[in-house]
Amino acid sequence: MLFFSFFKTLVDQEVVVQLKNDIELKGTLQSVDQFLNLKLDNISCTDQEKYPHLVSVRNIFIRGSTVRYVYLNKNMVDTNLLQDATRREAMSERK
Amino acid sequence: MSNTPLDLLKLNLDEKVYVKLRGARSMTGTLQAFDSHCNIVLSDAVETVYDIVDGEMRSSERSSEMVFVRGDSVTLITTPEDEE
Repeated sequence: MLFFSFFKTLVDQEVVVQLKNDIELKGTLQSVDQFLNLKLDNISCTDQEKYPHLVSVRNIFIRGSTVRYVYLNKNMVDTNLLQDATRREAMSERK
Repeated sequence: MSNTPLDLLKLNLDEKVYVKLRGARSMTGTLQAFDSHCNIVLSDAVETVYDIVDGEMRSSERSSEMVFVRGDSVTLITTPEDEE
C-alpha cells in the first residue's frame, strides 16, 4: 500500500518511466492503481530514434509489471515523510 | 522481538545501499523507502549496466536524483563495498 499512496502523491507531476524492454517514456502521471499500473498523459519517447512507433501516441496505460524504473525529481518527494511511512509499513506488516 | 529480513532493511533507511538487479544491472543510492515486494526508492542513485562487447566487459553509468525501482527486478540489497 505504501507505494500506491506514494504514487498517488505524484499524480499530475512529470515522470520518466523505463520499461523492462528498455523503452523510456516521459509523461504526466494521470492515475495509478494498487498494482502500480500507470496512466501517463502527453507522453514523449526519450529515445525517439530507437522507438519511432510511439511518436504518435499521446496517452498510455502501462501495466505495472512491465516497469523497471520510475525516475523522479528530488523536489517531488518528502524524504523524511517517506522514511517514516516505510518504518510504519514495516511495523504493520509484521504479524 | 522477531527480526524478519525486511526488518533489518529498516536499519539501512537513509543510508547508502548497493542493489543488485536483474539483467546485469546494479544501483547504489540512499535508501528512502521499501516494501515487502522489495519495491524501493533511492535518492542520488547511480545505475551501472554491465554488458559484454567482443568478449570484453563494459559498463555504463547513469545518475538520477530520485528513482523508484520495481521490486521484481531486485535480486539483493546490501551496504556498498568501499570503492575509491
